[in-house]
Amino acid sequence: MSGFTLGIRLVPRLTLLLLVLPVAAGLIGVVAPAFGWLPALGGETWTLAPWQALWQAPGLADMLRLSLVTGLASTLAALTIVVLFLGAFIETRLFRVVRRLLSPLLAVPHAAAAIGLAFLLAPSGLASRLVSPWLTGWTQPPDYLFPGDPAGVALIAGLVLKEVPFLLLMSLAALPQCQARERLMVARSLGYGPVTAFTKAVLPGLYPLIRLPVYAVIAFATSTVEVALILGPSTPPTLAVAVVRWLGDPDLTRRFLASAAALLQLGVTALALLAWWGAEHLVRRLVAGWLVDGGRRRGEITGRLVGAALTWLSIGLLGASLAGLLLWSLAAYWPFPAAWPSPMTLRTWREAADTAMGPLGHTASIGLVATALSVLLVVGCLEAETLRYRPLRPGAQLILYLPLLVPPVAFLYGLVQLQAQLGLAAGWWAVTLGHSLFVLPYVFLSLAESYRRLDPRWGQVAASLGASRATTFWRVRLPMLVVPIAVAAAVGFAVSVGQYLPTLLLGAGRLATLTTEAVSLASGGDRRLTAVYALGQLALPALGFLLALGLPRFLLRHRRLLLP
Amino acid sequence: MPIPCPLILDNVTIRHGAHTLVAVDARIAPGEVLTLMGPSGVGKSTLLAQVAGFLAPVFTATGYIRLGDEELTRLPAERRRLGLLFQDPLLFPHLSVGGNLAFGMPAGGGRRRRRQAVEAALADIGLAGFAGRDPATLSGGQRARVALMRVLLAAPRAMLLDEPFSKLDAALRDEMRRLVFARIREHGLPTLMVTHDRDDAEAAGGPVIALSAREA
Repeated sequence: MSGFTLGIRLVPRLTLLLLVLPVAAGLIGVVAPAFGWLPALGGETWTLAPWQALWQAPGLADMLRLSLVTGLASTLAALTIVVLFLGAFIETRLFRVVRRLLSPLLAVPHAAAAIGLAFLLAPSGLASRLVSPWLTGWTQPPDYLFPGDPAGVALIAGLVLKEVPFLLLMSLAALPQCQARERLMVARSLGYGPVTAFTKAVLPGLYPLIRLPVYAVIAFATSTVEVALILGPSTPPTLAVAVVRWLGDPDLTRRFLASAAALLQLGVTALALLAWWGAEHLVRRLVAGWLVDGGRRRGEITGRLVGAALTWLSIGLLGASLAGLLLWSLAAYWPFPAAWPSPMTLRTWREAADTAMGPLGHTASIGLVATALSVLLVVGCLEAETLRYRPLRPGAQLILYLPLLVPPVAFLYGLVQLQAQLGLAAGWWAVTLGHSLFVLPYVFLSLAESYRRLDPRWGQVAASLGASRATTFWRVRLPMLVVPIAVAAAVGFAVSVGQYLPTLLLGAGRLATLTTEAVSLASGGDRRLTAVYALGQLALPALGFLLALGLPRFLLRHRRLLLP
Repeated sequence: MPIPCPLILDNVTIRHGAHTLVAVDARIAPGEVLTLMGPSGVGKSTLLAQVAGFLAPVFTATGYIRLGDEELTRLPAERRRLGLLFQDPLLFPHLSVGGNLAFGMPAGGGRRRRRQAVEAALADIGLAGFAGRDPATLSGGQRARVALMRVLLAAPRAMLLDEPFSKLDAALRDEMRRLVFARIREHGLPTLMVTHDRDDAEAAGGPVIALSAREA
């Protein structure tokens, strides 16, 4: 066996180890303090006191309800939108337009989208300005609570807006695998309307392929910190936000309570996943008869109208949010019913230019290194698949998803504990490695399809011409995959830029990035500066995508077959 | 049973940009099979897609498709009620064999009546008792028969066959040809078949239009 083959074969194990170890260690690191054991803070006896304190925390029941309801409701809404959109519009012009918009939409960091939505729908936001005073008669901002309504509607809306593009992207990748085109043709030639054909003939094959991404969405939505900080209610907040607050409490004994709450968060997410899984089974039994009852057009028009309305609403909200951010960043003085800030100025941008350089540098350097590391490992894993002629085992695939299925609040704090115990410095390296935990799964998700689809005969041609395994990889396979690798890197970079909690916790709150600054500004009153940071946070991934799509187009301009 | 109508292709022409792929003008009588012969790449499947209502947007089509007096050209695929039989049987893997047949049947009739109809249809193609089976456990010939029956149960007004026998092995091919053409005559369905196999055309016994590869 050559050195190359040996090296490549070790990569999958190394990668799995790098993913399992921190998550497992983090979970262990949070269990001990939850039961009173944290010698650094004087906890040297095992006790249930942290749990008793947690049960007595005011509003705990509301926190749990909020986390569960917002997580499940937003996932259900997002999945419904994706299904209706695909059913109503697959292979239409709108479908192709949305498909092209998807990567940039996915690159919008959660925090930026949440800030945009908050500024759009707040009482004094762009939406109410556009209809005032001519339609509503409002000359003062109306009196309603958004964001931060106690039922969590704003939070659900913000989550849906970011989950739809993700689930849509995952579905698009899975559609060819379940022969969606053929299934649709059969059903429609048998007389089924498009939406009914999709739900009865394609969805039962598609859903199992996007189940893991759906679970990842549930895990994210039940445990998100930054979106809930910006859009969720504050008294009481969601459980994940409460954990972060207790962690940051100057009273260090609160760390025990926080650890117990972090474990409880793990339970909440597990409960949400379990509930969803149970519902899956129930739905499967309930629809078995409906699938074969021969009904071809029932609800067809409704489905199509609702699908169209929800799709346009999502696109409209996201677009208007971004436009609103841009207006706020240029506003000098912008009194209430005015729909347009006047005069416009670049002053806020100039002010921010001085202070934002540090965070910008951190964001970029952490993102680049975390992405490079992830791409290296993912390409290694996929090349190892090629060498062995079989894909990763299902168990290994699940481990790749682990950081997306375990709530980050539950294991990151444990990692911080270990970091302190082992005397490792918090800071740039810790944050970068922490980001890699979340970047790697997304890079894998985005690259695996293209890598596995590359015709194995290219490698066989090279081998029959006398090329070694290493030469085949470097000179044949890698150059042929330049475009998908560049896109996967852009996705990874966008994920890193959007990370909030790992930056906050592993950087001990001292490493500022555009995202941490944007989130902390969002709770303050300065909309102009917040908008500038949110846009900056958005511009970096956009630049990444621009490079990923543009650079290969230029470099490969005489190799047209390699371009999409 | 409704009175069968002829399927009419009135100057149907498919273009890809300025280049004309295929042009057909034909009238197919009930129970008759019109065969479009030609090597792959001459656009015969594209023509079939246009008749079925699935033409890809890169192509443009002119001319009219009619069933008797009814104009089909602007109808969406699901309103045309033309039975489409593909190269592959394409049985839905998420449904049982019986479920696949029930999927083809029109709605209504109550659960028990539908189940009886499925049983009868299976017996009709020599697969009695197969209703609960996973399609994956069927042989190639059995799958092809179920796919044919699924189309027939939807009560189509004409049939479109897209190289329906090319993936079967030689022994099965003859048997399947006999079955398909017998059913087509029995139901009086006007049928358009595209194939590159001369034996298919002979077995069908109808008129043949030979398409030749054109200079692009």
